Amino acid sequence: MQLDVRLPMGLLFLILGVILLIYGFVSDPAIYSAHHNYGLNINIASGVVFGVFGLAMLFLAKRGKNKS
Amino acid sequence: MPTILASITTLELKFVDYLIIGIYFAFVLGIGWVLRRQMTGTKDYLESGRSLPAWICALGFIGANLGAQEVMGMAASGAKYGIMTSHFYWIGAIPAMIFVAIFMMPFYYGSKARSVPEYLKLRFDEKTRGFNALTFAGMTVMSSGISMYALAKLLNLILGWNFHGCIIVSGLIVLAYILMGGLTSAIYNEVLQFFLIVFGFLPLVLLGLKNVGGWEGLKTKLMPVAENAGFASDAWTHSWSFTGSPATNPMGVEWFGLAMGLGFVLSFGYWCTDFLVIQRAMAAKDMGAARRTPILAAIPKMLFPALVIAPGMIAIAMHSMADSSFHLPAKGDSLDYDLVVPTMLSYYFPTGMLGIGLTALMASFMSGMAGNVTAFNTVFTYDIYQSYIKKDGSDRHYLNVGRWTTVFGILFSMGAAYFAAAFNNIMDVLQLVFAFVNAPLFATFLLGMFWRRTTGHAAFSGLVLGTVAAAIHHGLSLPEKAVAGIKGGWLSIQHVYPSEMAQNFWTAIWAWSTCFVITILVSLATKRTKTDDELRGLVYSLTEKIKEHDTAWWKRPAVFGTVVLLCAVVLNILFF
Repeated sequence: MQLDVRLPMGLLFLILGVILLIYGFVSDPAIYSAHHNYGLNINIASGVVFGVFGLAMLFLAKRGKNKS
Repeated sequence: MPTILASITTLELKFVDYLIIGIYFAFVLGIGWVLRRQMTGTKDYLESGRSLPAWICALGFIGANLGAQEVMGMAASGAKYGIMTSHFYWIGAIPAMIFVAIFMMPFYYGSKARSVPEYLKLRFDEKTRGFNALTFAGMTVMSSGISMYALAKLLNLILGWNFHGCIIVSGLIVLAYILMGGLTSAIYNEVLQFFLIVFGFLPLVLLGLKNVGGWEGLKTKLMPVAENAGFASDAWTHSWSFTGSPATNPMGVEWFGLAMGLGFVLSFGYWCTDFLVIQRAMAAKDMGAARRTPILAAIPKMLFPALVIAPGMIAIAMHSMADSSFHLPAKGDSLDYDLVVPTMLSYYFPTGMLGIGLTALMASFMSGMAGNVTAFNTVFTYDIYQSYIKKDGSDRHYLNVGRWTTVFGILFSMGAAYFAAAFNNIMDVLQLVFAFVNAPLFATFLLGMFWRRTTGHAAFSGLVLGTVAAAIHHGLSLPEKAVAGIKGGWLSIQHVYPSEMAQNFWTAIWAWSTCFVITILVSLATKRTKTDDELRGLVYSLTEKIKEHDTAWWKRPAVFGTVVLLCAVVLNILFF
């Protein structure tokens, strides 16, 4: 039984996504306007994308496992 | 270590950035640790057990190539040459990737050769394999060392970390995960790194584009850049329009040198014969997956200019805007284009995303290193050790040799990293090595695979003389403003090229043509040593065509490949 790469990938992106989200909420909003990103809280935005991608990978890994 | 003149402000990392970097490396090592139980023999270790699905191989295929030169170099070229840099993708990669999938993969995968040099041994003879194995081993160690050097230099520059410490730590991490999980571990990490780069860099491009007013805004803002450099105002945003003469485009090359040197020789030479990428397709679980690997890889590859070239174009546009606070660091009397990506990262990303961006960068350097080391240990174990040193060892023995070769490969790379530090422009050296090694090799392969009359003596002499021709051309020509020496002109200066890139393209053309002509002539003058029977499965006309009746039509390489190729043509027209 070979390790399915989607499993570690899903976990990694989910964990990174959660970290970005949490940090996005607790960090000082000033850091987002100091950088030239229009005050957009890029940590929350990316956190959501990372998290969703991570979950999708975990779902695919689980589905792949059920199939085999 | 050379002194670094750039004036980039050191990035300040916070706890959360370190946490992100730390978690990533824990995963990298964790994957190796989990995979280590599967590594029971050399086949698992060096060939990934030939068991991976096409999509994983495809991401590994481009991931291994998505190293230092791609991420930093393409952004640098985007700033320096504009959209013309996309030639490295749309003509410099896609057609060759489709060609290797449709025409060459059946021989690589089907011949049961375990490496590119081994294919040469089966098709020609021992000396051709030996020559290729040695030049290839040298090339991989050099490339791996260059990645290591670039990573250490970058971390030293933007984070203030110790240069020697970075070399040692990055070497140890790569060593650890390859030692445990072999080729599978390297490929899995390439897949991880691929997505990190995509998700880490896309926000950079989106924010940058918003900043300059979208693609239309970018076009307008690049006009003064082009005019200041003495070109037509839209020279930065057209890929073909100004290639009528080398003097009218920033890359200093005309359409023929571009199409022939880059689009044909260098591109096909790299994608069709470089074992570093071929190895990824050969790890696939069956012939269909092996052939789909390069085509699947071509799809994201086609869209990569948006991810790696656009940041460079945006950076140079913003740098030249009067009211912009964005500035590229200087290097001597020009700009330090290599620092486009780190400068953009520090400009747009706050703590948190900064950690992601840096992790993606580090990951790309390390997988560039790992890709070379896994190709090196396979070629050394099979083509040098098993062929010349100990022919009849047990599998256990070769597995140990493979592991020890990994250790030595990393050590040699560390040495090469310090060697690379002695040159001021590592990219030129790397391109030069490709022109010397891969360009003539592609002529050998073309003739070997498609002309059964090609003989072993011919292949060997063609390869050697093709390499010599590259050396002579390099020794007689020089890029503008360069000093004779490592950049050429060391015999005498007979021709001056407008840029290093133009010189590289023509070095490749000379190497390929010489090898091609010599191989034909010597083939006609020597007797065949292999019978048709021995060449079955190795030469096109003697191999049964693959029947694909049970494969869905859109999955067939010829159909799938043609569709992808048409998309690349459309992109060329859109940005003409």
